[in-house]
Amino acid sequence: MIGTGILKGMAVTARNFVGSYFEKDRLITVQYPEERVPLPENYRNFPFLIYDGNDSHAGLRCVACKICEKECPPQCIYIVKSDDKKPDYMGKPQFYAKVFDIDISVCMSCQICVEVCPFEAIKMDKEFELSQRERFNHLLLRKNDLAKSNEYYHRIHPVEAASVDKGLADAAAAAEAKKKAAAEAAAKAAAAKAAVAKATETKPSPDALPPSQAPS
Amino acid sequence: MSATIETLEAMERPPVSMASRLQGELLEVSMGPQHPSTHGVFRMNVALEGEIVRKLKPVFGYLHRNHEKIGENTSYLGSMPYTDRLDYFCSMTNNWAYALSVEKLAGIEVPERAEYLRVILAELTRLQNHASLLGFLLSDMGAWGTPLMYAFREREKILDLFESLAGSRMMCDYMRFGGCRVDPSDEWLAQAKQIAERFPKFLDEFEDLILGNEIVIGRTQNVGKLSAELAVNAGITGPMLRACGVNYDIRKVDGYGFYPRFKFRIPLGEHGDTYDRLMMRALEMRESVQILKQAFAQVQPGPVMNPKAKIRAFRPPVGEAYGHIEAPKGELGFYLISDGSPNPYRYRVRPPSFINLTILEDMCLGHTVADVMVILGSVDIVMGEVDR
Repeated sequence: MIGTGILKGMAVTARNFVGSYFEKDRLITVQYPEERVPLPENYRNFPFLIYDGNDSHAGLRCVACKICEKECPPQCIYIVKSDDKKPDYMGKPQFYAKVFDIDISVCMSCQICVEVCPFEAIKMDKEFELSQRERFNHLLLRKNDLAKSNEYYHRIHPVEAASVDKGLADAAAAAEAKKKAAAEAAAKAAAAKAAVAKATETKPSPDALPPSQAPS
Repeated sequence: MSATIETLEAMERPPVSMASRLQGELLEVSMGPQHPSTHGVFRMNVALEGEIVRKLKPVFGYLHRNHEKIGENTSYLGSMPYTDRLDYFCSMTNNWAYALSVEKLAGIEVPERAEYLRVILAELTRLQNHASLLGFLLSDMGAWGTPLMYAFREREKILDLFESLAGSRMMCDYMRFGGCRVDPSDEWLAQAKQIAERFPKFLDEFEDLILGNEIVIGRTQNVGKLSAELAVNAGITGPMLRACGVNYDIRKVDGYGFYPRFKFRIPLGEHGDTYDRLMMRALEMRESVQILKQAFAQVQPGPVMNPKAKIRAFRPPVGEAYGHIEAPKGELGFYLISDGSPNPYRYRVRPPSFINLTILEDMCLGHTVADVMVILGSVDIVMGEVDR
């Protein structure tokens, strides 16, 4: 009979209308500015730079290696390397970024800079309410705008940040152990050399160097 | 809206006046590119006799973004986020097609869990693409809002899954050469499984809403008929081809990924009209749910990334490769030529929407202007993919 299909459809609409008062499944909209859905852990928006400790200049992990600048597909990162060096988080003297700009009007949030960074220095932010009144200057983020603390990173990506910190601590421990082992080995080598030098001293040969010129 | 347009100069006739139009002469109308039902910036130059379409010329290129040239100038990895922007409804399948062709080019193995995840994500993409397509199609027919909103409600759940896995709802950028970027948690898999199992409930309701509706039947049956012969000759793929009764599905024919491990059927149409194309999407969603159920039962814990695959400084050997998959809209292929440098020498996309659009005129001739919108809606185009 003509019209039964339409009536069936109307019944579906009625079921959805009435159901929207009782079932959460049928009404999933959220009144946005007042009511917010929590963002998932993996959510990403724009990149930011991480610093350890309290000083955003001294603690910045970035060493201006420019890999992210090279790999960025829309090329929105601009880096100028410093002339002098400052100690990084492991105490090793490294270059740092004199200028680090990200143009977030160009950035497409692809996360490739995060994946290629060997120093865990750049991560994805969750801030998405970024509307600005100025068209050009305010969307070009400078180093000071980008630098955010490690605590902030822990707040927005707790699981990921914990694993990153663990990896960095392991790397630091390994480096420390390596340093220690190297120091021990050096000490041992020096001792052995000293022993050899002593042995040569007791039994001088015509081609042996005088002790003052022997390598230490 | 009416004007004499240079692009149809082949028709060679004097400018149309009101008097001559009443005498049955052709009137040219430019539909689009700012038409709400053209699914983006698509334009059709239509020559009308009264309400009847006598000639139709698609005009596109308003959304051209130089995708292939950009692909030749960035690294292989750098093109991956750009493929999200091709067909922005199905970024997961775009990622898969591109990753597949690069893996073919460089001979990279993909771990088992990653293959299952790719199937799961591709089928979820198919569900949300087809659901929103049916909503848009109904919206083009004049059922403003309601079916589209119901479809978007389901799509929303799947997009939330994508967001919690890949970090972004539409621009997922999830797959990498040799696997996937993030390993989903067990909770994520359980949640996805639940959504897939509840999907048939939505399908039952949606079919009640639209498929028996007399107005929908009247507007779609015997409208925009496409013969199987023409479809095959024009290179049409996907649900449009299968609606004509041609059994061609790359998931079966090529057996890429782990599709040979799943049991599923390929729905086929008979008449090749708009109603068959609409039905094809509804039936395919049910088969996708079947594939998803099997995939969730079979997926095992394990690595999701091949440890040998390189992220940085990736240089495939010299050669060429063509990887294609059955995207929700049809065959999506990427053709790559490598000369051993970090970026491809040639990067070519075979987009399903663009090729399916080429026979629009053959389907629309003899129908009214209102039917043109319905036929265009049933082709399922996304302008990001047509213009690239």
